[in-house]
Amino acid sequence: MKFLRDQVDKLKPTFSEGGKLSFLHSTFDAFETFLFVPNHTTKNGSHIRDGIDLKRTMFIVVIAMIPALLFGMWNVGHQQSLALTGTDGDLFNNFWVGLLQTLPIIIVSYAVGLGIEMGFAQFRGHPVNEGFLVTGMLIPLCMPPDVPLWMVGLATAFAVVIGKEVFGGTGMNLLNPALTARMFLYIGYPSSMSGDTVWAALPEGAATVDGYSGATALGNLASATSAGTGWSPDLLAGGSIMPAFWGNIQGSIGETSVVAILIGAVILIAAGVGSWKIMASTFIGGLFMGWIFNISGANGAWMDIPAMYHLIIGGFAFGAVFMATDPVSAAQTETGKWVYGFFIGVITVLIRVFNPGYPEGIMMAILLMNVFAPLIDYYVVQSNIKTRLKRVQV
Amino acid sequence: MGKNVKIKRGMDIPLEGQPENTIHSVKNPATFALKPKDFKGLIPKLNVKQGDEVKAGDCLFTDKGNSNICFTSPVSGEVADIVRGDRRAIMEVKILADSEMSYKAFDTSGYADKSRDEIKALMLEAGLWPFIVQRPFGVIADTEVSPKAIHVSGFDSAPLAADLSISLKGEEENLKTGFEVLQMLTDGKVHLNLHATKKSELYSQVSGVEVNTFTGPHPSGLVGLQINKIDPINKGDIIWTLKPQHVAFIGKFFATGNVNLEQTIVVAGSEMKAPAYYKTRLGANITTIVEGNLKQDNVRVISGNVLTGDRIAADGYLGFSDNQLSIIPEGDHYEMLGWLFPSYPRPTLSPSLPLSRFLKKKFKVNTNPHGEPRAYVVTGQYEKVMPMDIMPQQLVKAVMAKDLELMENLGIYEVIEEDMALCEFVCTSKIDVQKVLGEGLQLMAEES
Repeated sequence: MKFLRDQVDKLKPTFSEGGKLSFLHSTFDAFETFLFVPNHTTKNGSHIRDGIDLKRTMFIVVIAMIPALLFGMWNVGHQQSLALTGTDGDLFNNFWVGLLQTLPIIIVSYAVGLGIEMGFAQFRGHPVNEGFLVTGMLIPLCMPPDVPLWMVGLATAFAVVIGKEVFGGTGMNLLNPALTARMFLYIGYPSSMSGDTVWAALPEGAATVDGYSGATALGNLASATSAGTGWSPDLLAGGSIMPAFWGNIQGSIGETSVVAILIGAVILIAAGVGSWKIMASTFIGGLFMGWIFNISGANGAWMDIPAMYHLIIGGFAFGAVFMATDPVSAAQTETGKWVYGFFIGVITVLIRVFNPGYPEGIMMAILLMNVFAPLIDYYVVQSNIKTRLKRVQV
Repeated sequence: MGKNVKIKRGMDIPLEGQPENTIHSVKNPATFALKPKDFKGLIPKLNVKQGDEVKAGDCLFTDKGNSNICFTSPVSGEVADIVRGDRRAIMEVKILADSEMSYKAFDTSGYADKSRDEIKALMLEAGLWPFIVQRPFGVIADTEVSPKAIHVSGFDSAPLAADLSISLKGEEENLKTGFEVLQMLTDGKVHLNLHATKKSELYSQVSGVEVNTFTGPHPSGLVGLQINKIDPINKGDIIWTLKPQHVAFIGKFFATGNVNLEQTIVVAGSEMKAPAYYKTRLGANITTIVEGNLKQDNVRVISGNVLTGDRIAADGYLGFSDNQLSIIPEGDHYEMLGWLFPSYPRPTLSPSLPLSRFLKKKFKVNTNPHGEPRAYVVTGQYEKVMPMDIMPQQLVKAVMAKDLELMENLGIYEVIEEDMALCEFVCTSKIDVQKVLGEGLQLMAEES
């Protein structure tokens, strides 16, 4: 440790003001504080401070995503094996194939995002914020496995610049940056993102075996609803809800396995990092709206699917656990969090049911509620103000 | 009947270096000092010059805004030095103490029959007025008003705080007299807020006050929280607060006619060899207490508690309102990957540090902030340690935006810096909450 510290101290003047590489000051600072918690001390005020900081907070979110990531890697290989040979493939090989497919996406996401963040930090004379540690992992997890790398880079750049930095950087953004990236690709390159074709990473020109189709539950349900045929479990991949729960189905890299996502949720809640209120209210909202449709008497695949299944298929769980809980773009008041999450659940199901041309509602629902979050907070704050004013009159 | 209030939100921070329940006597320090900086917004006007002889109770300086408010010498002796800082602002007025104390005599006989104005005049002249803190804003009380109520918190819940039943032992009579005097200063109630379970005989003789009880973690002993729960401050309200030790000073003054500011303070913290109670006087130089009593040199000496106190030098002076010295190690060291693998336990509210959060009983805490300042990201954190009906993060943001109307609407009149000290402690983004709030309070005070 002493040796490393000496090396850092030796390098420091080069990057400090007046040094040759002072234009990389923020970047150096980011790496230095990553390696060493600085030797600063408090001034006045509270002389002692809590052991938690933003680095640790963000890192815990990254850890919480690891189960979904590892499962996603395996599943990418698994789906390729299914598509090419019709067999399950062996565990190690699947994982290896998936790793080769996903790692470049992760690297591109982090490289582009952190590069831009560091540039902005330097330009503004700010320290580099740790927020992108999370965004940089969320973006790959919500991409289809066969997404071209240039698309990942482009979407990441868009998300960081337009989604975050123009608002003033970490802590100021209105929209969830990772979903902004996803949205950018969805609108800009719909053919790659809509899930109409096979959603598996396949070698170029490879032919799939017979019977391997790209139909996902969301797509099946949407076309069944349009065609006016009713709900049946056959619409789900594998004819039951269990594959969607375990996650060995086609989908974006990290969002297929509800189990892996729930492990992440447990980590987030246990560490006190993710808001259990938002997660719970999102699930409650989805369940509630699904139940309303169940009892509405209207017929149709999307209306009659058991309400519980809404929470399991598609990206619902992933969105509720990792996307909706982003503290910056979510509602910031405790009461507001309940309202915010509830409406994400409700709107997700509404979009699924009423917009058959649209494969997934959670992305739209979260972004929409991101926009409404300040308004929700406004009313919560107003109610606190009103109580205070009422006190004067009594 | 008073109220019984249970506090749920809040946090006790258990620290190493709890004081023993013994009272030590040390040699009287050679010098004492009053620090105008101990009072918010005070511009002092000197009444003495270097070399003047003063008695205990002689006026050293007055408030430029209200020359009736005197700040008197805690001891008799010679004005040794007037220390000036930036732009010649007076930082300290130092008195070289006589070995034998001589007191200026005040006529306080028959105080019970005196009028409110006579009582005020006596307190002002004797330098006891500055013990009265006025809310909103936490400034020295306005001499021209009668407050809606006066609140005294009968216990201290801060980390390493003094157990008043030890530090105020023997002051029961003076407390009784002090509370009698307080009741003469207001048409409203005088509230004495006690801990519900830690019963103390200290206040057994006090009568005529409204007794409320509180339980729960810190800040249950902070008077700001207590006011919020009993009778919150609305716009236009004026509330006075005092600490029990100062009520005892006032009682002693009216009982004897002397300004006798002897007090027992607690000296605690992991870097004290013998954390205990010490007999001294207001404004004492702390050298005689800490010299030879520290485990090492690289320490932070705090007049007050670790959450709200003032950093002073190891040969500095006790703050005007403080009955506590906290001595903790400085944290000026690098910690490799400390954010990921903390190399020693540290107090925290976050379950993400489970070993510290759930296992460790007492912490040897230092002054490292454990992270760099960042923009607000995490939400819902301040609320866990803010038992008042106030939205802490929204209030801090309103102050940052200098939105006066919003600050007022969000209840800035109800808080002073100490009320949000725990928010500052738990802040993931390491925002200097108390400093920000202080700026907001100053802004509001200037505007009103």
